[in-house]
Amino acid sequence: MDISSLTIASTRAAIAERRITASGLVEDFYRKIKTEDRDIHAWLTLCEERAFAKARRIDDLAENDTVLPPLAGVPMGIKDVMVTQGVRTTAGSKILGTFIPPYDCTAVARLEAAGAIVLGKLNCDEFAMGSSNENSAYGAVRNPRDKSRVPGGSSGGSAAAVAAGMAVATLGSDTGGSIRQPASFCGVVGLMPTYGRVSRYGLIAFASSLDHIGPLARTVRDAAIVLRVIAGHDAMDSTSAQVPVPDYEQEIAKPVRGLKLGVPKEYFGEGLDPEVRAAVEAAIARLGAEGAEIVPISLPHTPYAVPAYYVIATAEASANLARYDGVRYGYRSPQARTLGEMYRRSRDEGFGAEVKRRIMLGTYVLSAGYYDAYYLKAQKVRTLLARDFEAAFQKVDVIVTPTAPTTAFRIGEKTDEPLAMYLADIYTVTGDLAGVPGVSVPCGMAQSGLPIGLQVLGRHFDEGTVLRVAQAVEDAAQTRP
Amino acid sequence: MKITDKDVTYVADLANLDLTVQERERMVRDLNSILDYIDRLNELDTANVPPMAQTILQTADATREDVLRPCLAREAALQNAPESDGNFFKVPKVIEK
Repeated sequence: MDISSLTIASTRAAIAERRITASGLVEDFYRKIKTEDRDIHAWLTLCEERAFAKARRIDDLAENDTVLPPLAGVPMGIKDVMVTQGVRTTAGSKILGTFIPPYDCTAVARLEAAGAIVLGKLNCDEFAMGSSNENSAYGAVRNPRDKSRVPGGSSGGSAAAVAAGMAVATLGSDTGGSIRQPASFCGVVGLMPTYGRVSRYGLIAFASSLDHIGPLARTVRDAAIVLRVIAGHDAMDSTSAQVPVPDYEQEIAKPVRGLKLGVPKEYFGEGLDPEVRAAVEAAIARLGAEGAEIVPISLPHTPYAVPAYYVIATAEASANLARYDGVRYGYRSPQARTLGEMYRRSRDEGFGAEVKRRIMLGTYVLSAGYYDAYYLKAQKVRTLLARDFEAAFQKVDVIVTPTAPTTAFRIGEKTDEPLAMYLADIYTVTGDLAGVPGVSVPCGMAQSGLPIGLQVLGRHFDEGTVLRVAQAVEDAAQTRP
Repeated sequence: MKITDKDVTYVADLANLDLTVQERERMVRDLNSILDYIDRLNELDTANVPPMAQTILQTADATREDVLRPCLAREAALQNAPESDGNFFKVPKVIEK
């Protein structure tokens, strides 16, 4: 059996019909990971004991002909910013190099309660800060489609593991595009749910008003199934929403006929690679041919999204990362003699260059004399960006755009220019700032063979329609000659 | 140049970072380049725009009763401590005798 083409439904069915066992499947996945991940480096930690224990439980259910839970036996990976009880969680940082969390992230606990098997933890940019996965303290991840290129970031390991068939689905986190952009670069589906849709309890905080957990998968259907499992209110996260969770599988079965699709001109301007433009425009035209109405729109404040984002996200990060001080957990410098020295040296030696850059920027924009000029200003611009979306969603049901301005770039290409790297998120930060859901779905390929992603953004809590449009894009991309 | 070496030293102190000489030089350059880019926010008139700290929230009853609930056990909370005496986190001496 080719495990790299398994979906959630086919895995569950194969186990239920006893064509395979969950334990055997887990063995197969670990074998594949141990050979193929040497030159991809998507995985940071494997938790074999935990995985086989869960697998045996699923096999017991199958042997007793019990109805299997929705993710029964599905091998998954978790971005290493979500804590896992007893399993090392590093956030891609040296400062958490030996951290063994005492509890489970809610999203992970919900996956396992639904029968999923967590194989291990996935590489990512340090504290999810990056767009190429080159900021991991444990080394870069390589794109399985072309190993000289980055997988995107910060959920690079989560996207690469799915693309290489080393997991059926994974969880990532998205603060400025960190699920959708790597999904686009690796040719998989990546979904950022609405802010508040999925509990962040146990997600190592980067920027609390922007952080989201969401799935990466090979198909839109699989992303929909995972979302339904992890979504919904959680008493442990006061920002998780009290909004009913629909059956997304039913939503994606509906046709796109009659839906209004907004195409914002600001996402098709300067800086967009011509091949990406052509593929995305062709995919939109196919949706039009299926009866969706294509509506040209404008989101006029789009050019201000990246600068507003880098003020807000770094300000929040500087506060969230103040907790890493070498006292309660994480790295403590052995050099220090006084308490103050211990704080500074532990942080100096524990954090990487990009994390320090963002802590410095965030501290600066919050410091006396600059708060109004930068932080307050950026928060006001965030209001304008959110209003752009509100106005657009009066006229259209979803917005379709490219996910990223280019296909996957080369390893090392942007590491010397932080600003150039930040612009890789130009089409995705808007969704995080406005709190709306967004998905990246493969819509074509460049001459180079690298995948191209199309982004669908929707109204708050309307992941159903977002996924429905993504499903139509996926269907069209697969049936195309 | 908005940010000088002196600013970097001041902000690093606020952020509990030391930074090497090389890191400071690089930080001056990077922060100036990023702040130049951020300055384009000033093209927008936001005089009558309210700030937005959080996107919409459907969490009307985010508060709970103020009652004791089970929490992390002491041993579990201490298990990752770089240094502990079994009851408390230990840190270098704060006050010299």
